Amino acid sequence: MGEQFNSRDDLIRFLTNKVIDMKKKTIELTRIAGGGHIGGALSMMDVVVALYYHVLKIDPKNPRWEERDRFVLSKGHGGIGLCPVLADVGFYPEEAMADFNQLDSPFGIHPDMHKIPGIEMSTGSLGHGLAVCVGMGLAHRLDKGTWRIYCLLGDGECNEGSVWEAAMAAAHFRLGCLVAIVDRNMLSIDGPTEKVMGIEPFAEKWHAFGWHVIEIDGHNMSEILDTFENLPPVTSEQPTVIIARTVKGKGISFMENEPAWHYGGIDSEKEEICMKDLEQARPKGS
Amino acid sequence: MGTGFTYTVYDITKLSQAETYGKTLVELARQNPNIVVLSADLAKSTKVVDFAEEFPDRFFNFGVAEQNLLGAAAGLALSGKIPFASTFGVFASMRAGEQLRTDIAYTNLNVRIVATHSGLSFGQAGTTHHCTEDIAITRSMANMTVIVPADSIETSKVVQASIDHQGPIYIRIGRGFEPPVYLDENYDYKIGKAVTMREGTDITVIACGVAVQSAYEAAEEAEDEGVSVRVVNMHTVKPIDREAIGSACSETKHIITAEEHNIIGGLGGAVAEVMAEIGTGVKLTRLGLCDCYSVIGYPEELYGRYGLDTDGILNTILDVKEQL
Repeated sequence: MGEQFNSRDDLIRFLTNKVIDMKKKTIELTRIAGGGHIGGALSMMDVVVALYYHVLKIDPKNPRWEERDRFVLSKGHGGIGLCPVLADVGFYPEEAMADFNQLDSPFGIHPDMHKIPGIEMSTGSLGHGLAVCVGMGLAHRLDKGTWRIYCLLGDGECNEGSVWEAAMAAAHFRLGCLVAIVDRNMLSIDGPTEKVMGIEPFAEKWHAFGWHVIEIDGHNMSEILDTFENLPPVTSEQPTVIIARTVKGKGISFMENEPAWHYGGIDSEKEEICMKDLEQARPKGS
Repeated sequence: MGTGFTYTVYDITKLSQAETYGKTLVELARQNPNIVVLSADLAKSTKVVDFAEEFPDRFFNFGVAEQNLLGAAAGLALSGKIPFASTFGVFASMRAGEQLRTDIAYTNLNVRIVATHSGLSFGQAGTTHHCTEDIAITRSMANMTVIVPADSIETSKVVQASIDHQGPIYIRIGRGFEPPVYLDENYDYKIGKAVTMREGTDITVIACGVAVQSAYEAAEEAEDEGVSVRVVNMHTVKPIDREAIGSACSETKHIITAEEHNIIGGLGGAVAEVMAEIGTGVKLTRLGLCDCYSVIGYPEELYGRYGLDTDGILNTILDVKEQL
């Protein structure tokens, strides 16, 4: 995003602070909106911030720039975490989200590509995003594209058979331009993923489907950056999946690892606790 | 692509709908590099092999995975391509129904879904492969245009017209052994504009797909019995030609609809909605499957069973005439 940093540490400090800022915005937005999918929005935030402030080649002033990297939020319910980030990087003013969830608002729980600048694809129904990215990847080949296509999935979403149809096709079509990221926060609505419908051995599944598999700590900014910066070349013949091990509700004491916080409402009292929890995590000297 | 492309006329009166579609696509694709074709292990059945041979880079076979077929079609359309995604109607509209609705219709993308083997056209395959619900399903999807061409020539016309159309189109064709309706391409085809095949003053048969030819033949025979029957080819079920229905209601005394589909929600349902809104008081008889699952048999036998062949439509015409 054009920010210049004197050192790697400065970059990481900037991004870490940004994660906190965007989590605070997400909490505030959840209060304004009357509720939201807060748990999964918090678990994915480090990866989303790394992408939007450092990795993605995008131009918020020209959202349909042809050479841009594509990002599809397949776990569309995470929109309440993504939308403040899109505002902050300049796709639209923050005030545009003031009527979130209200009648005729462009902003609802699941993001709409025709209403929100910067949204590549309308998502919300799980198991759709990766197939759409496969189609984008095929077009990328025909157009000899230089960009990458990133797709962020939820782990519970990977119960959907259509995810694996798309996974099979991405490897079959050798779509090296495609990078899937799974927000492996271990919880779906009804409880632990392994109890509701187990997906382990998860890395082995992707590997067996022909993907290059990377497992990381999805809350370690240094590791996240190293991973994105060292992806196989866009011309490679194998799609990459990054399994980001995360904590649902990350950063909020009463939300972490609590299935009940898949979706919830925030009143001003809870908001105060959230803001305090988040500030405590801010790097010293910030 | 605008106007001005040259299109070589094959002797398409001898080709099946699917074969014609395949050949027309090749012609169009030679002039428009954005046309891509997607299949789900049915390239041979859906007659897109010619395209695959001439444009291997623009042909994608997804294997037996229809949800992925339509999701990827959306991704290609998002990237400026014009995807023609082919599979059997039953899979396009139901197996991948949510992808069709959410990834393609809701997003209003330029995907053309070519749903083959629809209706009863794959009769001997049995009910799992019949498709008598898809018109109802697809026409209730906002943004979706739903077209049921009457024969090969019309299929070719639809595919050509689709290139300049904005938004998704569900093109519902048969297996490809249907009799020709049109003798040549010398008629004006416009999406959304019904074609009056034959004038008449007593009864109007509004038909789509393979039922158009049966209706036409039945009307010819009815003339010998002293009944004057108008035949309207309602190839575009959505957006439906309200004017043609209005004229039929004011100029004839009874409407019959004929389609290879459940009488609920398809062409008959669409016509009924318009008639009720116009409020002419003209009666309607709907021919099709009366809310049942079709039996096994060859298509011609099934058309006979469900009153959609020439004799069936003629009998209905004569019954109606008695009540006029």
